[in-house]
Amino acid sequence: MMTSEEMMRFPEEMRPSLRMVEQSRNDRVAAVRRGESYPSLSLTDREAWLEEFHPDYSYGGRRALRVGPSRGMEVPVELAELLESKPRRIVQQLRRIEVEKRVDVLVIGGGGAGTAAAIAAAEAGQSVLIATKLRHGDSNTLMAEGGIQVADHECDSPLQHFLDVLGGGHFTNDRDLVEILVTEGPLVLRWLEEQGMQFDKYPTGRMKVRHGGGTSRQRLHSAGDVTGLEMMRVLQDHAESLETIETLPFHAAIELLTDERGRAVGALLEQVGKNRVMAVQAKSVVLATGGFGRLHVQSFPTSNHYGATADGLVIAYRAGLPLRDLENSQFHPTGIAYPESKTGLLITEKFRGLGAQLLNRHGDQFVFSLEPRDVTTAAIIRECKEYDNGVATPSDGRGVWLDIPMIELLHGRGTIEKEFPGRFKEFMHRGIDLRTMPLLSYPTLHYQNGGVSITPDAGTDMPGLFAAGEVTGGVHGKNRLMGNALLEILVFGLHAGRSAALFSQEMGEGGYPGLSHLEAFLSDLDERSVNTNVTAPSLLPSYGPVEWPLTGINGDRRDNDDLTGRFS
Amino acid sequence: MDSLETVKTVDIIYDDVSYCVPVDRTVLSALEEVGIHFIRSVGCRGGVCGACTILYRVGSDYTLKAALMCQEMVQDGMSILPLPFFPQRKQPHRLDLPESETPDYRVLNHYPEVNGCIMCGECTRLCPMGIDVMGYVGMVKRGDLRGASEESFTCVQCQACALRCPAQISQPNAAMMARRYHARYQAPQAEHLSKAIERIESKAFDAGFRRLRRLDEDELRALYQRREREPTDAHPGTWLPEDRSML
Repeated sequence: MMTSEEMMRFPEEMRPSLRMVEQSRNDRVAAVRRGESYPSLSLTDREAWLEEFHPDYSYGGRRALRVGPSRGMEVPVELAELLESKPRRIVQQLRRIEVEKRVDVLVIGGGGAGTAAAIAAAEAGQSVLIATKLRHGDSNTLMAEGGIQVADHECDSPLQHFLDVLGGGHFTNDRDLVEILVTEGPLVLRWLEEQGMQFDKYPTGRMKVRHGGGTSRQRLHSAGDVTGLEMMRVLQDHAESLETIETLPFHAAIELLTDERGRAVGALLEQVGKNRVMAVQAKSVVLATGGFGRLHVQSFPTSNHYGATADGLVIAYRAGLPLRDLENSQFHPTGIAYPESKTGLLITEKFRGLGAQLLNRHGDQFVFSLEPRDVTTAAIIRECKEYDNGVATPSDGRGVWLDIPMIELLHGRGTIEKEFPGRFKEFMHRGIDLRTMPLLSYPTLHYQNGGVSITPDAGTDMPGLFAAGEVTGGVHGKNRLMGNALLEILVFGLHAGRSAALFSQEMGEGGYPGLSHLEAFLSDLDERSVNTNVTAPSLLPSYGPVEWPLTGINGDRRDNDDLTGRFS
Repeated sequence: MDSLETVKTVDIIYDDVSYCVPVDRTVLSALEEVGIHFIRSVGCRGGVCGACTILYRVGSDYTLKAALMCQEMVQDGMSILPLPFFPQRKQPHRLDLPESETPDYRVLNHYPEVNGCIMCGECTRLCPMGIDVMGYVGMVKRGDLRGASEESFTCVQCQACALRCPAQISQPNAAMMARRYHARYQAPQAEHLSKAIERIESKAFDAGFRRLRRLDEDELRALYQRREREPTDAHPGTWLPEDRSML
């Protein structure tokens, strides 16, 4: 039970609901002890709930692309607008491209995939430039908590991992890519260990592992609950030690540059906030720009980094590269809805695994807490929107309770602190005692399942252009399993770097860097009568009352569009 | 929706301007709501990247505090300085270890200034992550890389400690080097991983993949549904499935 002082930390309007949660807790714990659980949905009900309430299926949430290489493909509306947008005026008015910088391999994006690619290309003897929109390392990589899946223990194998990945992706994955992903897992793990990345280990050196959603073997390796942060800072530290890697922070790619034969030969970079554009010529280019969480698909909050605005998809699509598997976005069912300082961030599935239940504002259960992610997401939205049983937040959002204190009653005092040391400390620091205080949660936009199609060597449809990480599609099919993103960025990041290095060595310098692909795209827009006043890539999301002059989404913002990560 | 009258507000000062903002906001969201747009000084918005470090004072309190803007709630009378960029001292190294050196001396030789620590405790007092920074500086000094790794493990490299250090130590970078050298040269290496790699390099799974890749989707689904699940309480390396055809 909360002390009255703890109760006072919640806004007044939430307190009656909290009291109901506390009142029903002992009965719910007793029911769990008797082996009772809330009934899970039948497959028919699951489908019905998904179709009615999952954001992927909501009416008007997706639309078919009207132009470009993947015309007819359904994608979230927010993404469609960017993919059918126009280049910046400053780009359209460029008469002649003055190359300011020449390099062997240009890597666009300074997250996990881009940094791995840069390291591989530099170690293959090439000069590398990492152009990154924010600081080096600013990315979703460093936000990953869960871990990295690798089949390395005796009961496991790449074959078993392969099967798990395909099933998780509803058998829509590119099997060549999956085979590489799982087979190279152990190699990548050893590489990370040799780079001085810390892993949770037993005293013998054997790695500690646990299950993730959809795994048949315990193969999630971790570094506390900051696995991504540890991986990113090690990659970055290593990259900084290589003299042939130069990093250009706060420089975002706003267009690819191509030569007369359609080969990628560089990019136009914009110094963020400075309205200055520079051309970089390269013998090969790696695209590693990450995902689209900050587009706030259907106004959802997101667990993503500030810079996750789909820039790479936009410039690649304009250059004629086909996309795949963007119909389904991954929503994590339990993002934080309150306290506001954590809005949209994840409350890991493990809390529910240990018995924390989802409750509506009356303190009642409304769904079995461990349904698949998409089903739980649909159930929470149904409870809040259809039945108005959500709990209101001060900023007029909604959420349902995740009754974490139950864990202490079910598994004994001290369990929460033992199982979630990082989270426990972090919340305690904010005055939230997870042992006694439930958290308010609501689904959050988590991952872009698809993206640019790639080949097993991380190549794309364009000669000289390679891609890796969240910007690509195929590895995860329509749904990614927890722990496979950190693996993917390493495996395919390194592939992209090696392939780009090889291409640059073999092909040498390309032709004169130009923008002829833009002319083709603009005339496609014209021919299909697509009128757009959207300019992209948008680089950063626009929060607050004043339209941010550098973001491209002009004149299309709905009134009171709630983009600070709250559900409206 | 609350009417304007019922919204509780506080006054905060940023860049010499005072703003009236609702309580229940982080410093970051409050400033964005009044129309300030950040390029620098914002990152993950989740308290793990260290991009949004601020120094602040509240009212007439003499204490200077550090925080992450995306995590800290607004307080009445808060006066805020964001730290967009910090000139860091970072000693290049290749994670190599010459025969004449030990990992702990290697780290100490790269960051000898840790010896100048005057133990004022300012770094520990300021750290927004609650890390005992002075504690791990002492460990680096004494050659305890394992201790320094553990204590600095959740460091987000926000640089608040380095900014205020009277001995001009670059604590986050010394800690980074300590962690890598400890993990590389002192922590036990994973032997089971070598076995897994040997099997991959000897192409032990190639036939298995050919077999899997020949299956049609129904057969693959059936195989998927028949998977045995490793028990959650199994100690790694002890449990084996009944069906070993996939191993």
